[in-house]
Formats: sequence, C-alpha cells, structure tokens
Amino acid sequence: MSETSLAKRFGYSEKVMDHFKNPRNIGVMEDADVTSKVGSVACGDLIKLYLKFDPEQNDRIKEIKFESYGCAANIATSSMMTEMVKGKTIDEARKVTFKDISETLGGLPRIKLHCAVLSRQGLETAFLKYEAKRGRVKIDESFVNKILRGVLEPVQGVDIISAKLLESAAVEGKKIMLGLKAKPDSELAKSLDEDIRDAFEGLDVELDLNFKE
Amino acid sequence: MSHWTDPDWECRGLVYLDNAETTRLDPAVLDLMEGFMLDKYGVPAGEFGYGLEEEASEAIEQARETIARRINASPEEVVFTSGGTESNNIAILGVARFSYYKGKRLVTSKIEHTSILRILDKLTMQGFEKTLLDVDREGFVNTADLKAHLGDARLLSVQHANQEIGTLQDIAAIGEVARDRGVLFHCDAVQSFAKEKIDVQTMKVDLLSMSSHLIHGPKGVGALYVRDGVKLEPVMIGDEREKGLRPGTPNVAGIVGFAKAVELMTDEDTVRMRVLRDELTESLLAIPDSRLNGPRGERRLCNNVNVSFRYVEGEAILMHLDLRGLVVNTGSACYSQKLEPSHVIRAIGGTLEESHSSTRFSLSKWTTRDELLYATETVKEVVEKLRAQSPLTRKVSQPS
Repeated sequence: MSETSLAKRFGYSEKVMDHFKNPRNIGVMEDADVTSKVGSVACGDLIKLYLKFDPEQNDRIKEIKFESYGCAANIATSSMMTEMVKGKTIDEARKVTFKDISETLGGLPRIKLHCAVLSRQGLETAFLKYEAKRGRVKIDESFVNKILRGVLEPVQGVDIISAKLLESAAVEGKKIMLGLKAKPDSELAKSLDEDIRDAFEGLDVELDLNFKE
Repeated sequence: MSHWTDPDWECRGLVYLDNAETTRLDPAVLDLMEGFMLDKYGVPAGEFGYGLEEEASEAIEQARETIARRINASPEEVVFTSGGTESNNIAILGVARFSYYKGKRLVTSKIEHTSILRILDKLTMQGFEKTLLDVDREGFVNTADLKAHLGDARLLSVQHANQEIGTLQDIAAIGEVARDRGVLFHCDAVQSFAKEKIDVQTMKVDLLSMSSHLIHGPKGVGALYVRDGVKLEPVMIGDEREKGLRPGTPNVAGIVGFAKAVELMTDEDTVRMRVLRDELTESLLAIPDSRLNGPRGERRLCNNVNVSFRYVEGEAILMHLDLRGLVVNTGSACYSQKLEPSHVIRAIGGTLEESHSSTRFSLSKWTTRDELLYATETVKEVVEKLRAQSPLTRKVSQPS
C-alpha cells in the first residue's frame, strides 16, 4: 500500500496523519457560547471554532468543536489544538502557542506552519469575542485590530494587517468603520467583505466596510 | 493487455490516474532498450563507424523516422533531446538568441506549461518583451485576439494540449495566423504527442516539442521538430550531433525506447481513452456541486478529466485518495511547494476556490473501466467525508 507515500512527500508526521484521518472534536455545536471563523476560502485555509465555557469554573473550556476547509495540516493542527485546550481556562489556554501545537504533532513542514498559526488565531478570536460578549473587554480599535489578525489576504495567506490592506479602523459606539485597500467589487474585495463579516459574526456590532484602490 | 493481467506488473494495489505527470514504462519498450544497453551498447561515431557504432547509428535513424512519420515531418527535421523542457528551451531560447535583431517580442498564452512561462520570464529580464494571450472559459486562445496581439512578434508559442484541463487548441488556425504574419510558431505538444493527431504541415508549425515518458516510453528523452530552414542558436555547445542543437553522446537506448513507445500507441488507444474519459467525467459530475474544468468532446485531450468540487480543498482530497491507493493531481495552492494556486484555472476565470479543489484525473492506455469505477466511488466517499467536516457546506442546501 502507498499508505504514506504522499504524506512522506509533504513531510507529515504520523501524528499529523492520525489527526488528519481521525480528527478529534470535529463537527458543529448548536448551543455554543461563542464561535469564531478565521482564514479564507480564497486562500484555501479556513476554520470555524465552536466553544462552550463553564462560568462556575473560571471559564474553563467545557466543549470545543471545529470545522475545516483546508489541507491535511489545517485539519490536523485544528484537531490537535482543540485537544490541547479542552478543559483549560482561558488564561491557561492562551499559554498554548502555535509552536506547542506543531511540536505536539511531531513537527510540521515549514510551509505548513501557518496552519498552526491559524488554529491558534481562531482560538484567540473566540476568546476575544467571548470576553467582549461578557463585557469584559471594550470593543475599541485595539479589539478590532486583534480580530482582524484572523482575516487573511488570499494570495499570500498573511493577515490583512500585515499585508497592509487595512487603511483605517475606527469605532463609534456599535459601529465599526474599516477602510480597506481593494478595488470595489473585485474578487479580493468580495472575499474580504465575507471574511470580515464572518470574523465579527455573533457580536452586537454594525460593520461599515469601505473599499478603495 | 491490462496491467491487472500483465504478469510483469507487480501489483501494488494502486490505481494510477496521474498519467499526465508520468506513465509506467511499457514492458515491450524495456525489452528493446535492454538490448541496447547490454549488447548493442555502441554510440554513433564519426564517419568510420563500424559494428557497434553502426548498429546504434541505424537504430537512432530508424527512431527518427518513426517520430517524423508520426507528425508528417521528414527525419532530418527531428532532433532528439532529453525531454519536453529541454525541447522547449532549445526552441525558444534558440529562436530568441539567433534572431534577436529581428524583433524582441515573444507571444504565448497564459496557460502554458511552467517551462515555457519561465523561459519567457527569463528572456524578459534579458531585454525581450512578452505578451501573454488570454484564454476563454474553456482555455481556448481566440484567433481574433491572436491577430490583434501578434503584430511584430518574433515567435509565437502555443501548446497543443493543456497539461491541467486538456484544452486542445486549434493549432491549424493558430499556425495559419502566424504563417500569414511571418511569425515563427512553436507548439508544445508534450501532452498530446502520439495521443492526438499532429500534422506539422497542415498545422503550419515551425517548431514542436515532444516527450517520451507520457506515452509509456522512458523518462529523459524527447524530441524537437525543427522545420527545414528554421535557424536556432544552440543552447548547449559541443559536437555536431543532432544538428549541433543537442551535442554530446546520444541516449541510444532512450531514443530507441521512445520510438517503440510511439509505435505502441495506436488510434484505438486514443478512441478507448476518449470513451473512458467521458464515462469518468459523467460519473464525477454526478457528485453534487462539481464542475468540469476545460472543454468536452473532440476539443479535449483524450486522457484528461479535471473537476472542481465545491466546499473542499484539493490537498486534503489527494491525501485521502492516496491513503486509498488512488493517485491523481490537484491545482490547489496547498499542494504546490510555492503555495500558489493553479495558474491555468485562474486564467480560465475560475475562482480561487475552484482552483484549490481542481482535481486532475489522467488516463493511460492501460486504464480500465474497473479502475475508474473504483476511482469514482473513492472520490465520492472522500468528497462527502470532507464536506461533512467543512464549515462551507452548511451555507447551501444539503444535496438530497
């Protein structure tokens, strides 16, 4: 059997292949306290997380589930991440780095490290949204910036802030106004529009996206 | 003979549908090659050749005739090379460097093989200009568009069959335009050679690249047709072998094997692959939310099927198929070492999502209906599995 021929070519460890073949905590959660969606279809790398916390126990992660649109590394890193943070408090879970995820998987090929970064970002976005929903953090420019770290520029696959696509960000009450560098109605603008709306999904905010070349 | 019944076939439980990448050597080709490595191991020498040298020389000239006949050329117009990429380099660099004073514009299409696009990139850095022709939704170059852009070009290079989506260009129509304008015309026929009909006279081609390893011949050998009178500056410098365009000791066994492989590819093979290709296309398109990339029917390469499956990503598809013993290929960015999506799917106007999930199935002359049944069932299972894991699936109504 060619069991590992392609896996070998990619440099996927046995553990990566195990999590890819049998992803843990995969699926939907109907009654999640918070969800987060990071990455992009255009980029070929997207995950959605569903989390439920136990408020009596210092907001321990009671349940976590994920769905994936992406490569084997995307599936495996998300699966491993959910296993590593399940049962932890937010503070404890925040200490898990993308490197920890990669190392626990027995390492990732260098060109696939961004998958571990993405799954870690998904977790951070979920925590931020949960804290905002609980009124523990204010939805201000800094919050918006942190959320936007989970939105990717489709060709390079880096977040839109690093890719310098975010021109301006302002918050007025519930209104979040973003100036973005993309031709209106272009494929890029459409992809960003969808991904940014997904990123803030579930929060009581109004998005005003302004695309300019 | 199917490889299931072929006694020489070491059954590895693989269903190999990546024959546009490379093919398995025909055992009959190997038999012949062995003789030229163990017994008749001479190489054609100077004019005083005898014995071993004569045998090698005769074998190569016979092979040259076989290749020439297949494309309606004369044997003197066929140069043996180490394969498709080398043929492309010798042709394009050869024209550009020989006649740089005659014009610096090189024209090609957006969906060419990487080797063509990179050669043009390199030449652009050296002062040449390139024009990349758009293609339509099925991958065809528009001849009106071609006329508008050909202008003062020195060379036009358009492939016969596309490596990913199987588009078979109307080479005769394109060649006609080029000949009318006095523009040299190179055609990369690596994917189609010996599978689809090629006639360099009616197609008005000046240079044509061919390869051996996609038709069950050995790797590391190919050929370039150079129309009588077309002048090329050699890329490699050495002796006068192969008209000085490919100097050095010839790959005798490889050349002999190449010609044998050509002889063993028949019209019946093409017809059979076409029938199987259409059956596979229909059964894969029965999977909901799938889309065929490239044209249908006679305008498509006989052994190519390329389908995009929505809501799932190609590398994950390939990895699951590999675990089930099915070998195919994808245009997904995640699958490429440079993390770039297929330039072909993008050029035909496909979305990034379509490029990430584009899956290429390429048949061989040995591919059987049973193998394709297995392939279809396996692809269906894997796509369903991945869709069940995908957050995108939920956005649409579930397939009934």
